[in-house]
Amino acid sequence: MFDFLGRLLRGSDNSKNVAKERLRLVLIHDRSSLSPGLLDSLKEELIEVLSKYMEIDESGLEVNLDEGDDSVALVANIPVKQIKRKV
Amino acid sequence: MAKAIVVTSGKGGVGKTTTTANLGTGLAQLGHKVCLVDADIGLRNLDVVLGLENRIVFDLVDVVEGNCRVRQALIKDKRFNNLFLLPAAQTREKDAVAPEQMRELIKQLKEEFDFILVDCPAGIEQGFRNAISGADDALIVTTPEVSAVRDADRIIGLLEAAEIYEPKLVVNRIRPDMVRKGDMMSIQDMIDILAIPLIGVVPDDEVIIISTNKGEPVVLEKKSKAGQAYRNIVRRLEGAEVPFLELEDKGVVGRLMSLLGMGNKQ
Repeated sequence: MFDFLGRLLRGSDNSKNVAKERLRLVLIHDRSSLSPGLLDSLKEELIEVLSKYMEIDESGLEVNLDEGDDSVALVANIPVKQIKRKV
Repeated sequence: MAKAIVVTSGKGGVGKTTTTANLGTGLAQLGHKVCLVDADIGLRNLDVVLGLENRIVFDLVDVVEGNCRVRQALIKDKRFNNLFLLPAAQTREKDAVAPEQMRELIKQLKEEFDFILVDCPAGIEQGFRNAISGADDALIVTTPEVSAVRDADRIIGLLEAAEIYEPKLVVNRIRPDMVRKGDMMSIQDMIDILAIPLIGVVPDDEVIIISTNKGEPVVLEKKSKAGQAYRNIVRRLEGAEVPFLELEDKGVVGRLMSLLGMGNKQ
């Protein structure tokens, strides 16, 4: 029923587009899992870049992937101790 | 230089074993020395697809455990004397083999053969990890379904983690009539989603079921479209550039349009 409504709303009546859309959403989630190793190296590089501009509290650094219904966001919480005046 | 290629998919029932049997037979037909390894321990099937089920004495686990030498376990094909099968053990568990042992076995086979094709079990557990150890390249078999493509995507990631880069895609059981009606994902849809190069498209063909019934790979059927599709993949494995089959039956109007140069190119 919802499928039917969905089709009407999207204006596409072929099941291939339904398949592609469902696949797209499913893969966003499947692909969003970051291995701990990758996450660590991402954190390290983030710290490296940010440190050029500000002094950050590395112990309070939080980096995570936040999954929404049809999107994934990289959410970082980085406590700043002091901003540098010059690069 | 010998090459070990694992045929994998994640999802079961998409045609890994049929693909392995046909590509192996096709390569052998062109004169290459080929060894097919059935890594699906506990669910042995490559032997039946090849029609060699009555000849098995030793199996992969026997070799790995040292109960026999590799040569003793290899079964020579009925049709080609340069094609061999190393059957899976039927009464053992998947963990009877370790990745390190597989790697050693493949290395040994490479001294003897031009192509080693490994038929991978479904799933992503131990059996999968065993099957991909020692492989230089991978073929990913998928069908135009959400579940199969999703699993293929997962497999691509796992292969990458195992340092097997750029696997090639085999799209199996495509139905051009359904694609045309917009009721099946097209080849381009799947390439866009999975972002790996295509090596073959095999149409859904009754002849495959008939040939599997008989234990005679369809690649040997001169007139079959699926057979032609497999022969094309074989040539591509050799490194040749072969155009993809025109599978789309455009119907009378479509054919007329493309004759007049008006059809949109697929």
